[in-house]
Amino acid sequence: MYPYIPNTPQDEQEMLQAIGLDSIEQLFEDISEQVHLTKPLNIPASKSELEVSRYLKSLADKNCSVSQLTCFLGAGAYDHYIPSVIDAIIQRSEFYTSYTPYQPEISQGTLQYIFEYQTLISNLTGMDLANASLYDGGTAITEAALMACAYSRKGEIIVSTGVNPEARQILKTYAHAQNLKVIEVETKDGVTDAAMLKELINDETAAVIVQNPNFFGLLEDLKGLGEIAHKGKKVSMIASVEPISLALLKKPGELDVDIVVGEGQPLGIPLQFGGPYLGFMAVKKDYMRKLPGRIVGETTDLDGKRAYVLTLSAREQHIRREKATSNICSNQGLNALAATVYMVTMGKEGLKEVANQCVQKAHYAFNELTQSGKYKPLFDKPFFMEFALTSDVSVDKINKALLEEKIIGGYDLGKDYPQYKNAALYAVTEKRTKEDINKLRRVLEGVK
Amino acid sequence: MKDYNKLIFELSKPGRKAYSLPALDVEEKALNSLIPAEFLTDKGLNFPEVSEVDVIRHYTNLSNKNYGLDKGFYPLGSCTMKYNPKINEDVARYDGFANLHPLQAEACIQGSLQVMYELEKSLCEIAGMDRFTLHPAAGAHGEITGIMLIKAYHDKKGDFKRNKIIVPDSAHGTNPATAAMAGYSIVEIKSTENGLVDLEALREAAGEDTAGLMLTNPNTLGLYDRGVKEIAKIVHDAGGLLYYDGANMNAVMGHARPGDMGFDTVHYNLHKTFSTPHGGGGPGSGPVGCKDILAEFLPVPLVEKREDGTYFLDYDVPNSIGKVKDFYGHFGVFLKAYTYILMMGNDGLKKASEMAVLNTNYIKEKLKDYYHLPIDTLVKHEVVFGGLKDKSGGVTTLDIAKRLLDYGYHPPTVYFPLIIEQALMIEPTETESKETIDGFIDAMIAIAEEASSNPEMLKTAPHNTLVRRPDETKAARNPVVKYEG
Amino acid sequence: MKVLKGLYYSINHEWVKVEGEEAFVGITDYAQEHLGDIVYVELPEVDDEFEREDSFSVVESVKAASDVYLPVSGKVLAVNEALEDEPALLNTDAYENWIVKISLNDKAELDELMTSEEYEKFLTEEA
Repeated sequence: MYPYIPNTPQDEQEMLQAIGLDSIEQLFEDISEQVHLTKPLNIPASKSELEVSRYLKSLADKNCSVSQLTCFLGAGAYDHYIPSVIDAIIQRSEFYTSYTPYQPEISQGTLQYIFEYQTLISNLTGMDLANASLYDGGTAITEAALMACAYSRKGEIIVSTGVNPEARQILKTYAHAQNLKVIEVETKDGVTDAAMLKELINDETAAVIVQNPNFFGLLEDLKGLGEIAHKGKKVSMIASVEPISLALLKKPGELDVDIVVGEGQPLGIPLQFGGPYLGFMAVKKDYMRKLPGRIVGETTDLDGKRAYVLTLSAREQHIRREKATSNICSNQGLNALAATVYMVTMGKEGLKEVANQCVQKAHYAFNELTQSGKYKPLFDKPFFMEFALTSDVSVDKINKALLEEKIIGGYDLGKDYPQYKNAALYAVTEKRTKEDINKLRRVLEGVK
Repeated sequence: MKDYNKLIFELSKPGRKAYSLPALDVEEKALNSLIPAEFLTDKGLNFPEVSEVDVIRHYTNLSNKNYGLDKGFYPLGSCTMKYNPKINEDVARYDGFANLHPLQAEACIQGSLQVMYELEKSLCEIAGMDRFTLHPAAGAHGEITGIMLIKAYHDKKGDFKRNKIIVPDSAHGTNPATAAMAGYSIVEIKSTENGLVDLEALREAAGEDTAGLMLTNPNTLGLYDRGVKEIAKIVHDAGGLLYYDGANMNAVMGHARPGDMGFDTVHYNLHKTFSTPHGGGGPGSGPVGCKDILAEFLPVPLVEKREDGTYFLDYDVPNSIGKVKDFYGHFGVFLKAYTYILMMGNDGLKKASEMAVLNTNYIKEKLKDYYHLPIDTLVKHEVVFGGLKDKSGGVTTLDIAKRLLDYGYHPPTVYFPLIIEQALMIEPTETESKETIDGFIDAMIAIAEEASSNPEMLKTAPHNTLVRRPDETKAARNPVVKYEG
Repeated sequence: MKVLKGLYYSINHEWVKVEGEEAFVGITDYAQEHLGDIVYVELPEVDDEFEREDSFSVVESVKAASDVYLPVSGKVLAVNEALEDEPALLNTDAYENWIVKISLNDKAELDELMTSEEYEKFLTEEA
């Protein structure tokens, strides 16, 4: 017997009899001999829970997590504080063992938190509406670009090299498959080159994509870039934003942005080696009918009670089939719940406090680390909580020295930007203490 | 709190808070001295102010409005709602896994790379494939990744005339959507009366413009297509490749492998076959496997093992289609699936498919006198009925589904596949006992009897749920998609 | 099922009402009834040009979305913006509520379409 398979041999016999068969093998008679497996799969036999957990624990212990080290690494995934309430809620099996809320009568829990999530994301970004979430920040950028192409019926996408390099690679993969053209606008002094963007906009431009704060941690002039983008006809201005920064920074909705996307991992989702995370997307009203993914709407039931349902589903793949603008059929349900609980737990004041602490500590670190002159700022522009420093020593060498002192060093920008060899990108979240930063400085100063 | 009907925003009261943070330990400077004022908002954040108790009570009350697998039977066809083992959740929360940054140094991530390496090997063996990428986030994402592999294969050969993907009419709606997203046009072929691929129609459709075929076997009717080797031959002879939609893999583990059937690429849904939770709509995971001929096109990075036993992320895949996902996919979901594979072993996985198929055939046999069974033959993991056998009372599949809610069951998938009118698609999975299944059968029979004795009662069902048939037309005509206060 | 005299009809259940060199196009009563409660109508833009049989609009109900095809080629002169706010107008009266007004490229194309009598017969055969 197996713990997750309850039928006993006697049950099997009774059920076979009811079907009119003698053996389990007969249930697989429709599989032709050529195909039917005759030998067992070459994977180990079943094990007990104790054996399995012991083995996997031993693998977990081969890793060195950010709770054993001090993390100054960001570049798209961030070590923020996660309140205990989040896991308490997402471990409720009524949430995590349910399917997509297709039966609204018994899914009001899921539907309502998605409605709350959509409201929170709309408020945070200052946009008209948000969808129920997408896979992650990188694929959300691609979905936004595809939506912009469908919206404008054009096929050229301009993307800033200040956008996360991984996200740009994903965009190129999809664009290639659909014969869309991706054009990169370079950065100048670390931010998107407005003059070059102006040159690149043409009649075929469907979208302009920038990131804020950008991959180097610097603040982009969203308003100015949006104005340039909108000189073209039906060009969508897409901004990929960091959600915690929106507690302090001007909201994309106040600026000239049409589609806002971003990585929601900082909102209470553990690092877990890169996923699952949370892509969020919010848009201006004009884009409502082109929005990919699920959307929950408020309505009333037969008795006039307030209730929630999946809505605008005629856009989706299961109805539009080959005419759908996206093939996505899931959202990141449980991670959207985690982000919802995070946002309401931190609330009106808490998110601002987190954001402020990140800014204050990052700027303290920046001043400390650049004081001796051994490490120089790569750019001289306003930043949020990440900044790039360059020196004569390779990042690889620096990070090895840091790791010996139990510090995870910055991201090596030279990997994606050959012109920034020996430059490292440091992230400082609210979790880092003054002592952590001082230690980072001490070790960095000692690197030879 | 049965009637709890508040939004979190309606609990807000100025001054309440649910968080605590340490005091700032560096000297605080004026924000506009660090970031120029032009970047800073002067608008406050329109978020609720609630206490921690409010948060916990509110979401606990919401959870009570949900039906989950841990509450009861969930026979949703094509979704494989099997039990989600609790050890999976524990493993995903081990510190070394949960708190690992994806860009940490290779020496710090060996345990995670080993999990991915071993999971890939297991998935290869179960599907009869040579390699897997774990990156795709969900089934649909896996589909597009697989189709892009096929495209890359033809492109590399300079064979650019292949612009069509063949899809049977019984396919999941994602299949045509996916093919279109990869820039292909769709050729839909009709099923035979027996619900299988019409070989003649396929022969006619396959040609030098065929890039590939997307198929699920067993198909969405739960029928295993014996002709699959012939199907593969027809497509391969025409120069096309075959894509296996692995949504229905739970039917055949340890009995048949898509690789042996002749498929070139395949995706799994780890959240279906390998017991990871659906989470109310995600996160899932949709790894894509392929034969050697497609391996050179797989997304980067792949996990490889060195001779000294260490693992590394390999970005050196010159013909790769590129990246399809941030970082390496849904690692947290891989852990749960791998835990399940280790727990079940080769014997348990085979047994799982056997019991899933047994449960399904048992339901088919017990309900076919009451519900219209368009094709009465051996089924695999799911069975599709075409509404009531006696439709004279005017009771529809929707009514039956809604009435099942009163009986405490999650309804089957309804109105899919499209080729069966009034479709009711039942997939019990192996994790349900005979008693549970008998209870469901009794409820279905009782409903069939109510349909003749009291059809009006069914048409106004459900009667015992918290809300009843929310108005979808109203929601779609005047969308209210956020709380306006 | 209502079928108005004096209009041209297509097999995709669109109607064309000709006024000189211009025409109004909409969906038939049969089409609206078949779709059920219409929740959204996606309209083209003025000056868009379409070939015959091109999809120029999408009509959505809760669980379906149907392309609407232009039975004759032409250029869009006006769109019925009332449908944006009140898509249910198509359910109320599918003939009163046109979707687009176009200029006809080639009046000869009308000969390919059905008369009201032919369309009525077509509907009987469809059923």
